[in-house]
Order: sequence, then C-alpha cells, then structure tokens
Amino acid sequence: MTSTPKHDLESLNRRLLMERSVPGRVGYTLPPLDVPEQEGPPAEMLRDDLPMPEVSEGEIVRYFSQMSQANFSIDHNFYPLGSCTMKYNPKLDDEMASMPGMSEVHPRQQEAGVQGALKLMYQLQGYLAEMTGMAGASLAPMAGAEGELAGMLMTRAYHLANGDTGRKKVLIPDSAHGTNPASAAMAGFDVVPIPSDEEGNTDLAALQAAVGDDLAGFMLTQPSTLGLFDTNILEVMRVVRGAGGIVYGDGANLNALIGLVKLGDLGFDVVHSNLHKTFTQPHGGGGPGAGPVIAGERLKPFLPAPVVEMSRGPDGTERYTLGAPPQSIGKMGAFHGNFGALVRAYSYIRTLGDEGIRSVSRDAIINANYILSQLRGYYDLPYDRHCMHEVVFSARNLKRAHGVSALDVAKRLIDYGVHPPTMYFPLIVEEALMIEPTETESKETLDYFIDVMKTIAQEAAESPDLLHDAPHDTPNTRLDEAAAARRPNLRWRP
Amino acid sequence: MQDGRFTSPYTPNTDDDRRRMLDAIGVRSFDDLIADIPAEHLNPHIDLPPPTSELELRREIGAMAEQNAAPGDYACFLGAGSYRHFIPAIVRSVATRSEFMTAYTPYQPEVSQGTLQAHYEFQSLVCQLTGMEVANAGMYDGATSMAEAALMAARVTRRDRVAVLDTVSPAYRQVLETFVDSQGIAIDTLSPGSLQIGEGTACLLVQQPNFFGYFEEMEAMAEAAHSAGALLVVAVDLTSLGMFRPPSEYDADVVVAEGQTIGVAPTFGGPYVGIFACKQRYVRQMPGRVVGKTVDTRGRDGYVLTLQTREQHIRRERATSNICTAVGLIALMTTLYMSSLGKQGLRRVAELCYHKAHYAASLIERIPGYSLPLSGAYFREFVVQCPKPVAEINDALLERKIIGGLDVSDQAPNGMLVCCTEMNTKEEIDRFAEALAEVANQ
Repeated sequence: MTSTPKHDLESLNRRLLMERSVPGRVGYTLPPLDVPEQEGPPAEMLRDDLPMPEVSEGEIVRYFSQMSQANFSIDHNFYPLGSCTMKYNPKLDDEMASMPGMSEVHPRQQEAGVQGALKLMYQLQGYLAEMTGMAGASLAPMAGAEGELAGMLMTRAYHLANGDTGRKKVLIPDSAHGTNPASAAMAGFDVVPIPSDEEGNTDLAALQAAVGDDLAGFMLTQPSTLGLFDTNILEVMRVVRGAGGIVYGDGANLNALIGLVKLGDLGFDVVHSNLHKTFTQPHGGGGPGAGPVIAGERLKPFLPAPVVEMSRGPDGTERYTLGAPPQSIGKMGAFHGNFGALVRAYSYIRTLGDEGIRSVSRDAIINANYILSQLRGYYDLPYDRHCMHEVVFSARNLKRAHGVSALDVAKRLIDYGVHPPTMYFPLIVEEALMIEPTETESKETLDYFIDVMKTIAQEAAESPDLLHDAPHDTPNTRLDEAAAARRPNLRWRP
Repeated sequence: MQDGRFTSPYTPNTDDDRRRMLDAIGVRSFDDLIADIPAEHLNPHIDLPPPTSELELRREIGAMAEQNAAPGDYACFLGAGSYRHFIPAIVRSVATRSEFMTAYTPYQPEVSQGTLQAHYEFQSLVCQLTGMEVANAGMYDGATSMAEAALMAARVTRRDRVAVLDTVSPAYRQVLETFVDSQGIAIDTLSPGSLQIGEGTACLLVQQPNFFGYFEEMEAMAEAAHSAGALLVVAVDLTSLGMFRPPSEYDADVVVAEGQTIGVAPTFGGPYVGIFACKQRYVRQMPGRVVGKTVDTRGRDGYVLTLQTREQHIRRERATSNICTAVGLIALMTTLYMSSLGKQGLRRVAELCYHKAHYAASLIERIPGYSLPLSGAYFREFVVQCPKPVAEINDALLERKIIGGLDVSDQAPNGMLVCCTEMNTKEEIDRFAEALAEVANQ
C-alpha cells in the first residue's frame, strides 16, 4: 500500500475528540452568574480534574459532519434491510415532534398543563388498537424488545391472576428474532423452539406435541421472518388457545398487514408495534424507537402504566389523565414512553388516514414480490411461494458453485450504492439474504437493484474475488471483528 | 388527490407501475398475491380519520402543542428525573443530519463508520466523565439502566436479592420491580441510616445525589455493599459530575445515569438515553450494544459492534438482555453536548445550577410558613415544606405562569421538590419566591 495524501487526510479527520483537545479552546458560551454567589460545598466533595475535551465549535461540527458522511442512510439510497422496514421517514413528522410545545414539555407537569400531549397519546392508543383489532394499548415500551417483554410479563400476570402457577413454557418458532426468546426468558419463562414445516409455516405436529397444561403462550411473528403469511394461523390459534395459552404477535412485520388484516381478528391476544418500522420514526443509527404494546380484552387489564384515559366534564369538555390499568404489570421506564416517536407516528397515521394506510401493505407486498419474481433463478428460493412484504433468498447456489457467500454478495452491493440486505437471518435458511424493499421505493429503484443483483450473480461466476474483496470504495474495507472481540478496545485512553 | 382518490406522497408507484409489476410477477391482481390470508379477515373496515394534508396537519398538531404549557413561556422549577438545561445549537443541527438520523443500527461496519465512531466517542466520554473503565453504547433511559444493572449484579454474584435505598427515585424503583420480579429476584428497600445488607444480596442500588437532591455518604454505601460481597450500583446525576467527585472515587462497580440531562430536551419524558458504565472485569456481562476499535484488511483503524455473543441475536434466551434497538441518536446528542461544553463548560453549568438552587433555597426558607426540612449538601434540587397542600400552591403558581416543583407530599409532609438550573434567571427565581409568599396567604 502506498500512502497517498488522501489517506493522511482521512486519518487526520478520524482523530478522536480527546486527541483534538487543546487546553483553552471552548465550544460554548454561557451567561454570567446573575445571583449572589453562594457558599460552596465542602472541598472534599469536589472533583480535582475533569478530563473532558476542549474543542472549538467549528471543529466539532466539521468532525461530526465528516463522520456522518461515512454513513449509509435511507435518505441517501435504497436500504432493503430485511425485517427492519427501512422506509422513507417523512420530514413533516420530525418538525411536528420538535415544536417547542412538544419537545420542551416536562414529563412531571400537572395534567392540566399537558392536555395537548395527552390527547395525542390517547388518540394514538386508539389508532393502534383499531388498526390491529385490539381493545387497548399502552405506549410505554421504548422499543420493540421492551414491548415484547411487556407482552410476556402481561402473559405471566394473566396466568398468575387465574391462579395458574404452573404455566412456565413459551413456544417460539425457530425462525423468530433473537429478541423473542430473550424477552420470554427475561419474563421468567422457559423457551421451547418450534420448527417450521417445509412450506415455512408453523409445524402443526410439533406444536400439538409441545402444548400442555404448562403452556404459557406462543410468540408468533406474522408474517414470519421468512416473509411468508403463516397459512396454519387459524389452526395454531385453535391449538394454543385450546391449551389455555396466550398468543403473542411480534409486530416487527406489521408493515405487511397494516390496513389489510387485523391481528386481533386472527386471534392474537397481544402484539407490539415497532413505531420505528411501520410508523416511520427514523432509526437514528440504532434508536430511538418505540414499542407500544396492544392487547385484546383478555390482557388489556394487565397493560403497563401509564395509559392515557379520557373523561368528560359536566359541560362535555374532554379531560385527559394518566392512569394505570387495574392489574398493570407496572412501569417500563421512568416516564410515559418515547413521546417524540409517538408524535411522529401520530403525524404519519393522520397524513395517510384510512385510505392511505391501505396503500402501505399493498405496495410493500407488490414491491417484494416483484423482486422475488425477477431474481428467481439467479438466487435460490428456499420457499418458492408468494411472499408478503419481504423475500428471503439463499446464496447457497453461488456458494456451492463459486465459493461466494451471502456476505460477499452483501458487501458487493455496497459498491453499487445499495445497502446490503439482512444476512444469515432467519437462522433456518442457509446463506440467507433477506430483502425488504418497503412501499416507499419506486419501480425504477427496484429495477436498478434487480439489475445489480443479476450482475453480482454473474460476477460470482466470472470474477469471484471482486466479491470476496468488496466493498472497494468505502472509508474502511472489511473490518477484523474477531480481533475486536478478542482484545476489546472500547474507549479512548490517554 | 387524483380523481377524488388520495395519493400518498410516500408511495411513488402509480396504478400503471403496479399493473406492470403484477404482469411481471405473473398474477392478474394484487388479491392473487395475498391468497394466503383467510378471506373472511381480509380488508376489514378501519375506523381512522381521512387523510390530512401537510398544511392542515401543521395546524392541528400546532393547536395540540399550544394546549401544553411549555416551559420557556412558563418559569419552570420541575426536575425529579428530567431536567431543563441549555442545549447549544450544534447539538440539534449535527444530530439531525439525515446521515445520522436515517441510518439503521450499524450492522454493516463499512457503511456505518459515522455511527460507530460516534458511539465510540460516546463510550469514551462517558468513561471520562464518570471515571469508570468501560461503558456501553446506551440503554433506553436511566431507570431501565438501573434495572439492568441489578440484573447484571445478580448474574455476576449468582445471588437473587437486591437492596435499594428508599431515597432512590420512586419511578426507578417501580421499573426495577417490573424488571426483576419475574426472574425471582427479591427487592429489599433500605433507608440510608440502616444499611443491613445480607450475604445473599447481589447489589446495593443508590442514587447520588438522591431523589430529593441531597448527597449520600458514599464511602459508607461502598463499605456496606462490598463487605457483604455485593456490588455498588450508583445512579449518578451527570450534570453534577462537572463539579462533584466521580463515582470511581468511591469505588462504584456499576454506574448508571439518565443521559437526558446532558443535551436532550425534556420531550414529555422521552426519548432519553440510559448511561451504563462499569468496571472492566464485568464487561462481558454488560447488557446492550458495545462498539470496539479494530483494523480493516488494509490495516486502517475502524470501528465495529463487538462482544456480540452477549446479545440476543446470537445468544437468544441466554443473552445478557433482550435489548436490541436502543437510543443511538440520543447518545449522539449527548456526545455533541459533552464535546461542546467540554472541560470548562460542564463545570460552569454545574456551578450555575448549584448557586442558583442555593440562592432560591435561601429566599424560600425566609418566607414565613416555608422551611427546608432536610439538611446536608445538595446540588440543584431541594425539598421545601409548604404551609399548605402543594397541589393548591402549584395551581395558583400556574395562573402566574410558573410551573412549581414536584409534589412529594406522599414522602414529606406538604413537600415540594424544587429544581433550579442555569435556565432559571434571577428574575424568575425572585418571582417564584414572591409568588410562594403570596399564595401562602390566599
């Protein structure tokens, strides 16, 4: 490797804040003390040194701006990351959430002073319950996994309230997200995996064999992480409910169903919704999200606190208050959930309305099936049937023929300006490539992606090293993850 | 609207596009694609309002925002876990760059170096500020961070009881209960004066300064915890660390905090970010995401998510936590805040808070009928005993465009928890004291 001036600049630009720090530089201004100086605390309570950076404002802005340009983002290009629903995030929603009347409101204010915020939350609870066919919602959980935990704790509380202390087992399909078994375990349950059948549906025989009077519930993602609508769903409901179990719906794939079918109508007792997937809260490089939990009649009394309640005064005026359901599992966070995300979801739902919300799942499903149909034959299709909002291919054909893996395909996509799909998930598909286009992509974008994927399949045969060495033009080539885990370097040190 | 039909600005494909795509798929209609869905449940009635234009929605949500008494228009003396602090313009300006805002979790490091390096900076600055050896990339909020610390302590010590002081925020203690109860972990609530910690206790959970704003005797806490083989978990106030001793100096094992105080607007309670830092020896038991530094195939420095075998997507039901999506963007905001305020500014903010709070206290304790029932050192919050119910006082204050302190009369008779920060001007504090005097006599 020859060292070019460009590379020197790159390493200069990547210096950490503490390395840029120069004594005497400041990046802020603050007003003078306008009250009489008070007696200070005892000296032994004070710290001797505050080893924080000293950097000027312009340097900070330039540093972080350069850093940001090393990121791929949905505003930048196509991001078909399966199961993550990387759809366009409306700018209007950001503006609504940052109005001072929303962003400056303190969570401990008296209810009389926050009626607008509470009204918005009340209406959002209602919209989410309506779209999922449920009886009530709590907006408290701060991400999908916390919504899952809430749902599992509600399941536990429901059985305990019935004096049913022996229900310790939660069944989870082998295709499920890792959060499902982790959440069930956090709620104190024993996790039993249920296999998928050759069509990608819940294996009914295995399910029958697993249910008994120790069954607490079944956590099901519908459509499944294979992107398939589980056609055994009504039979699954009959079996699980017949054994006295609760059916939990992981709302990660709600984008496939919204406006098309209500999970409550199918028999689900409780679901969560990732507002950062279906309802456009930006992902922020790993959150914030929001994971409201939405329950049918059986589990509604156990919803986490708070929930917003509405009553009417003698003159008919609406009054909103924060309350707790009668048998609530308790609080999921210090305050009322990720309110900023709630404002965005409200704004999004109101923009689309009853008519627009149906276009979400319709276009998401058409887009995914279009990709499926055009790439069939280039990549293996472990389950060759119509998909819902995402399609799972396997690169095992390329691996066997040319020694090119799903990882190589994913990294080569970066060279073409497309974000990689989700790789190696679900775990039951060898060399999985999970592609979720979402409804916000145009046919032209999909056609570009399809062309690129075909080209990559051809490159795999003709020049596999192009793929092994990809990506080529990014700030870093492939990184040594094994070394990072072996000798963790997790912070700057002097 | 086209021919009376609503067209979403977020879905580009037209009827003609859909027709061509369905033809290419080889089906006659969209319904053929969803034949797997039981027909009796398809296309239900959905009772939502009709679509709304951007212009109308701005008016509607704007009207809702106006129904909120926003601090700024009102003088605000509320704290109790969420604090109003000055936030430099660059925090919002940089954090809302769409490259940061609309990126996913950095699973593909080659195209996520921005997020990854920013997280590494966050972990570094959290360690610098708290004095701790390692930090993760953030939890949901301070309360869940404390609950996860209790779970980690139980794993580390293989014990199934946790002790929490009754001076820890009631909200934090409620979240703790939600998280640990189902795992068969019992909670003992202790008062700072009687630290009976049994051998079966995994950790002692302390808030510093405590919920009422006052500093605890941390050497005694550390001694009580460590002599029983328990970990010391401390929920610190990050703003106070600009001035006061960091928790590493009193041998805290795990430090958690509400990150909102350093660069995040109150936003009616969230999104915030939970700080989680600990001693190096517990790093493989930490919950949450962690970013590490490594090299690429050309030997250049870069960053990746690391120690992922702790996490749910690998370890499933044996993971250290179920946490997945956390609050990366909010962690970035706090990183920008710490960068901007830096060594001198963080100290200055803490000093402004300290002197303003003590000035306010000095005025209030001179008002007939009011007193300060607690003694000891405090930072920017203190408890005032009022001459009549706090709810009545706060109603009267609101009419004067003042948001009073939190009503803590369930824990201290007629107690009001008052908070001052650099946002409160002398004029506001004087007006608050005058108003308290007036409403006492109404």
